[in-house]
Amino acid sequence: MEIFRVKNDIPFLKYRKIAAFISILTFVMAFFFLFQKGLNYGVDFTGGTIIEISYEEKANVDEIREQLTQINLNEIQVQNFGTDKDVLIRMPLNEDITIAELSELVNQELTKLNNPFEIKRVESVGGQVGEELFENGALAILFVCLGIILYLSLRFEWRFALAAVVANMHDVIIILGFFAFFQWEFNLTVLAAVLAVLGYSVNESVVVFDRVRENFKKMRRSSVIDVMNNAITRTMSRTIMTHLSTQTVVISMLIFGGEILHNFSLALTIGILFGIYSSIMVGCPMALWLGTNHSNLAGSTPQKKEEMESTP
Amino acid sequence: MNQFSRWKNTLILLIVVFAVFYALPNFFGEAPAVQIMSIKSGEKMDPIIASQSEKILEENNIPYNGVVLTENYIKIKLTNNEDQLTSKGLLEDKLGPNFVVALNLLPNSPKWLESIGGQPMYLGLDLRGGVHFLMQVDLSNIEAKESSGRINEIRTLLRENKIRYDQISVEDGSILVQLTNENDLKKSKSLLLQDDSSFEFSKRINLGGSIGKEKIKEITDNGTFVLAIEGSQANKEEMTKFAIKQNLETLNNRINELGVAEPIIQQQGENRIVVQLPGVQDTAKAKDIIGRTALLEMRLVDDEASPADIDQAIDGNIPFGRDLFYDRNQNPLLLKKDVILTGENINNAGPGVDNQTGQSIVSLNLDSKGANIFKKITRDNVGKRIAILLIEKDITEIITAPVIKSEIGGGRVQITGMKNAQEATDVSLLLRAGSLAAPMEIIEERTVGPSMGKENIQRGIQSTFWGFIAVIVLISIYYMLFGLFSSIALSINLVLLVALLSTIQATLTLPGLAAMALTVGMAIDSNVLINERIRDEIRNGNTPQASIHLGYEKAWGTILDSNITTLIAGIALFMFGTGPIKGFAVVHVLGILTSMFSAILVSRALVNFFYGSKRKIDKLNIGEIYKVNN
Repeated sequence: MEIFRVKNDIPFLKYRKIAAFISILTFVMAFFFLFQKGLNYGVDFTGGTIIEISYEEKANVDEIREQLTQINLNEIQVQNFGTDKDVLIRMPLNEDITIAELSELVNQELTKLNNPFEIKRVESVGGQVGEELFENGALAILFVCLGIILYLSLRFEWRFALAAVVANMHDVIIILGFFAFFQWEFNLTVLAAVLAVLGYSVNESVVVFDRVRENFKKMRRSSVIDVMNNAITRTMSRTIMTHLSTQTVVISMLIFGGEILHNFSLALTIGILFGIYSSIMVGCPMALWLGTNHSNLAGSTPQKKEEMESTP
Repeated sequence: MNQFSRWKNTLILLIVVFAVFYALPNFFGEAPAVQIMSIKSGEKMDPIIASQSEKILEENNIPYNGVVLTENYIKIKLTNNEDQLTSKGLLEDKLGPNFVVALNLLPNSPKWLESIGGQPMYLGLDLRGGVHFLMQVDLSNIEAKESSGRINEIRTLLRENKIRYDQISVEDGSILVQLTNENDLKKSKSLLLQDDSSFEFSKRINLGGSIGKEKIKEITDNGTFVLAIEGSQANKEEMTKFAIKQNLETLNNRINELGVAEPIIQQQGENRIVVQLPGVQDTAKAKDIIGRTALLEMRLVDDEASPADIDQAIDGNIPFGRDLFYDRNQNPLLLKKDVILTGENINNAGPGVDNQTGQSIVSLNLDSKGANIFKKITRDNVGKRIAILLIEKDITEIITAPVIKSEIGGGRVQITGMKNAQEATDVSLLLRAGSLAAPMEIIEERTVGPSMGKENIQRGIQSTFWGFIAVIVLISIYYMLFGLFSSIALSINLVLLVALLSTIQATLTLPGLAAMALTVGMAIDSNVLINERIRDEIRNGNTPQASIHLGYEKAWGTILDSNITTLIAGIALFMFGTGPIKGFAVVHVLGILTSMFSAILVSRALVNFFYGSKRKIDKLNIGEIYKVNN
């Protein structure tokens, strides 16, 4: 079976202006929603408390809400979570009640309702810890970008490195844009997914660039655009297959992974889908625009690679 | 050309076989067990206790499946949950109060697997249920506490040498001693600078602190004579270190008494402590015991104070050198400021019942220093009252203030005045386990109920399993026989990953399980790259054998590049990540490494085995290949 029966190279780069327009538009939209709506940060970053409770019978959310007013705290949110037996309680940070006291208070109040329940999960994060988790997350993104630029600069050259990172950030910003637009909760697990996408989608650019480099040596007479079109077309099959298999697993996670992995899988899905687009329509045009040509790469294949290739 | 050398094949086979063995323990489940520890955390277990425990179980006809004896604990594997609870009760009764018996789970793998060191993966709290606390140690008070300890010492020193002073105060971390004349100033200075051993400045935290000459300044203007004693920076750091260390030790002791089987108590960063208690349900009790900063003090009661003095003290006119505290019945008492003994001098404490009154008591066993001081004080103060204070969360309460009837030697002291047996037990626990050097606040709490843990495991496994099946089906349809090879390589990748995680005992969390599922999806990338390259080479008109060779060769560089970039992201996740992110990163990074082995070497070995020895192959079973115009 072969899905991609392409006889001639697809002139992807012919559409690079349209692609640039689409990219810039999505980029701008993502930024717009990020600024206008902002991310709906989870307690991991804002600080606060979530308590997930499972009742044996149907939970009465109004009754729970009413009982919890006994705790002198504003803005307690009570809502069903998954099924009508499960309830999620959200509480903001409070100066008067410590984290340790809060979860016990909730437990005490709910016990008074005489409806047997089990506390399934408590996540309580102090303000300072939230800030640190946030800072560390931002540092991680920065570190990954610099690491990738450095590695690709050594292995290819700076134009490719920069193009790969731009293609990458494109995916990340769009994931964030989606999370801002739909106001999905953004927590530590989602951040892990975003960082995984950073590493994963750079793969795409690397595979295409690898082909471009190879083609520069093989197709000495062809134009840069032809070389790139050929590289993209020849790696298309692989791109689709890889993404398809990864997406298959992610769908399995969406189905079986439960609430905790739900947003994680969503972030990955967006990352994977836009990863296909960006590796084809962002990475190469970007490298072209930065002025990549035969002379940049033909001679820059590291000597080491030849040795490594003979090992397997 | 498509043959691995024999040693290479053997090595690959060996690695795979090893991986299968070390992954196996994960499939046998866990058996209920009891764990016996000494009540003093870190104390070594006598092997005799193990044989004693075995005897107790045998006498009561409780079957057991083996005893694990390590330096600090004994674990006994049992057959069912009912026996587990019975054994716990039995062993607690028979072994006495010097041991703690906790419930635990032990891997149910066969003995031969255990003997080669096979262990199941170490599950994180989100998978096994339990509590995670991150605590911030508040070091701001430590200096004040230290200063007040010093002030006491300075006061005693001056009094013993009959030097009159006006006032001793603390300002900006320096202790200011106001003296009456220059002569006293010089004298006190030389006294303070004397041999450290006679002047235990840092007694409270056992630092053996030394004061350099430059640390004591004389300030003599306008007829005032003040000695300023500065605390040094180095001292402050030492104090901080010591405080954290003591807190860790105290936490260890207290948690040990809670009977938690495998707690994790670690310092994180400069002034934080992580406490993880797997399987703990009663979070309220855990928080209470962990967070208490109870401190015991013994002081003499000022029996010469008249009721009028006490009334005045209540109005705020507390006489010099006295403190006003209330007892349990809200009766005010004036106490002398000097602390005779603190909880540090207590070797052991246990609850009990007074034979005569039937009241709950706590009996204390003082260390030799404490016993000496107590003997001296009781001898000199017969007929006077001694107050025992419990200081908790800045609230000081006089538990009891009995009259000293005679000299008490031997360091055995009984504290009466306990409300009930529970309080006697709690107070003895706190006194035994020691007090915290600095108060702590819980700044992060994550609790996962036991059913949630089981659900999470199911979710993770299901995601991985169905993802895996779907990928195998997809890849086998698309690449036919080569897809099957890739699928086998992928399964071996999972086995390798599980074996590696089991061997290094990295903590597996729910995000870790997600990373495992993701590894399945991403690891196939290498095989896709290889298979596509082989197709390419066939398209280019190469022979099947040459195509296999070239396909693997050309894909290698790309695989390396793409995996290294993914690895960079993984390592960043590990470095900056905490909690769930770290759990994800560990599996992600290891998965990348194992996938390189399995996708390149294992799949190649399979291809070689199938095609390598054939002289002539008409067609590779890699799915239909469309010819292109190039």
